[in-house]
Amino acid sequence: MAETVTSKNMALAKAINESLRRALDADPKVVVMGEDVGKLGGVFRVTDGLQKDFGESRVIDTPLAESGIVGTAIGLALRGYRPVVEIQFDGFVFPAYDQIVTQLAKMHARSLGKVKLPVVVRIPYGGGIGAVEHHSESPESLFAHVAGLKIVSPSNASDAYWMMQQAVQSDDPVIFFEPKRRYWDKGEVDTEAIPGPLHTARVVREGTDLTLAAYGPMVKLCREVADAAAEEGRSLEVLDLRSVSPIDFDSIQASVERTRRLVVVHEAPVFFGSGAEIAARITERCFYHLEAPVLRVGGYHAPYPPARLEESYLPDLDRVLDAVDRSLAY
Amino acid sequence: MTVESTAARTPRRSAGTKAGTTGTKRTTSTTKKATAARKNTGKSTEPALVQLLTPEGKRVKNAEFDPYVDGITAEELRGLYRDMVLTRRFDAEATSLQRQGELGLWASLLGQEAAQIGSGRALRDDDYVFPTYREHGVAWCRGVDPTNLLGMFRGVNNGGWDPNGNNFHLYTIVIGSQTLHATGYAMGITKDGADSAVIAYFGDGASSQGDVAEAFTFSAVYNAPVVFFCQNNQWAISEPTEKQSRVPLYQRAQGFGFPGVRVDGNDVLANLAVTKWALERARAGEGPTLVEAFTYRMGAHTTSDDPTRYRGDEERLAWEAKDPILRLRRYLEASNHADEGFFAELEAESEALGKRVREAVRAMPDPDHFAIFENVYADGHALVDEERAQFAAYQASFADEDGGK
Repeated sequence: MAETVTSKNMALAKAINESLRRALDADPKVVVMGEDVGKLGGVFRVTDGLQKDFGESRVIDTPLAESGIVGTAIGLALRGYRPVVEIQFDGFVFPAYDQIVTQLAKMHARSLGKVKLPVVVRIPYGGGIGAVEHHSESPESLFAHVAGLKIVSPSNASDAYWMMQQAVQSDDPVIFFEPKRRYWDKGEVDTEAIPGPLHTARVVREGTDLTLAAYGPMVKLCREVADAAAEEGRSLEVLDLRSVSPIDFDSIQASVERTRRLVVVHEAPVFFGSGAEIAARITERCFYHLEAPVLRVGGYHAPYPPARLEESYLPDLDRVLDAVDRSLAY
Repeated sequence: MTVESTAARTPRRSAGTKAGTTGTKRTTSTTKKATAARKNTGKSTEPALVQLLTPEGKRVKNAEFDPYVDGITAEELRGLYRDMVLTRRFDAEATSLQRQGELGLWASLLGQEAAQIGSGRALRDDDYVFPTYREHGVAWCRGVDPTNLLGMFRGVNNGGWDPNGNNFHLYTIVIGSQTLHATGYAMGITKDGADSAVIAYFGDGASSQGDVAEAFTFSAVYNAPVVFFCQNNQWAISEPTEKQSRVPLYQRAQGFGFPGVRVDGNDVLANLAVTKWALERARAGEGPTLVEAFTYRMGAHTTSDDPTRYRGDEERLAWEAKDPILRLRRYLEASNHADEGFFAELEAESEALGKRVREAVRAMPDPDHFAIFENVYADGHALVDEERAQFAAYQASFADEDGGK
């Protein structure tokens, strides 16, 4: 008798779509909200077909108002719903920033734990798609600085599927950063086997000479860097952090204690970025293991540039290799 | 014949009126009349639509707004027609340049020419415009070179013109933000004692944004000389206006304490008249006005959008019958205000504009990569200097490798 095939090859965007479908199916309290998420299926088609199958009361085309989307999601959550809201692009989240920071993040604490807000805020983020202004930013640090929010970013289809399942089930608000330049990257998704907890890092390539830590869109780049470095006889370990708040420092520490070198890569600006927090913590934890200072590769302290300049702004193979060289030179 | 919309312009900042006039209110009889007339329109469920030219090109009388276009000459009418035709031609060229890969994106104004040219031509040089990212026709009226609009869509800059050069602010992509900037600018005009006015463009989708509601509140409280010009093109990407409001948008103004009026957005004369009226109110110290130009986005939201997923052809065909250019052409022909020679000459001019835009875009160089670090701060910043130096050293390391080969 043939085994049940539970693994499917699908694009990252499709994996989120399938995961939302499963969540809507499993729990009548789950609702999907956002601009153009219904009839159109989202500008990236992440919610394609959901309104058709679950109806307009569960997959809701909202007015064009981000503060309204998050604010009403909070109200729905207070009433027992589990809203998954979409912010259409990274640069459009800021009208909702007030609701997210002053309300969504703090209500659990203010109610002495009585109120839970299981809200997922989906944000397609990052650059590399040649877009116009406000469509390529990586604002995760602006949210990671706020206690009460959990922040994750999948790098592949399987994680996109399962991390969305876990985010929807989380009783804490989760900001779910989707690497839009990887939406079309395909991968195997096993819809029966949970790959692990939501906030743990994963070694995606073992190595001995240096650890590259990344999340979301930069994991693929770091794998490519490790391939290129291997040709030069260097063995790089690649760590997919998966979660930006909390950060799995134990896994980073374990890796760095083996490799003794760490380079953190993200698209977000280096200045006050998540790499700064990682560098500080790992320096505290691994001071006697480190052979070199923790180096960071990321965006500059400048507004995200116009599309024709983004290749110079974003970390690429050469810039990460350059940091690897500098680390190994110590 | 030049393809430019306007000749070189004088500086736009109003010198202001004499000290001591701040806050004084002047009214004109026309203004009073029009304001009073608006009060009678709120009852009907089918909103009144100010229309001076029917889709068939017939001039219809309108006691309130005729005075604002009564003196219009045949030459001025031909000018409005020319503006709309050239704007549409530029827009079509930009769409095809996107298809050819020369632009990353384009937001077409197809169908909204009358709303933009009518309102744009109602402005004085010292007035100030706050556009969305689709006001190519208004930019044309302000004398912004059309090729300047294409830089941000090509990805070589995030703006590309000096807002104060033509009193035309940079395009704003984040929906609705500019309505507050317009209000603040208008508050400044009042403080200066000037009689300039501000016009803020936005769309039906933006009407849901908190910023727009706050702009309405501030402008009303401070009696700011601003005209909120909402082009209701019926669609916010895939969402029809019913997803944004259950009352006609112009009626929103009433609750904030200023008048709102709905105008046929495809009638250039009506847009000219209504905007002049609203600007006159602003100049007279009567505060903000909301104009809802009822029009239609005949194309996609942007070149990234596929409207076949959410709307049918019938709707577009119905609106094509109300085309803004067609109706003015019918009027010009029927009233003998333009002859064949005019239309032929305009067609040639239109082709020349298309060619010029095409060539200018193809010749547009990529910016120097060090531009990333330019103009981040007005007074400089140590970290930016440090990162620029690191970037330079990094770039130079490739040159060394190349040189060594």
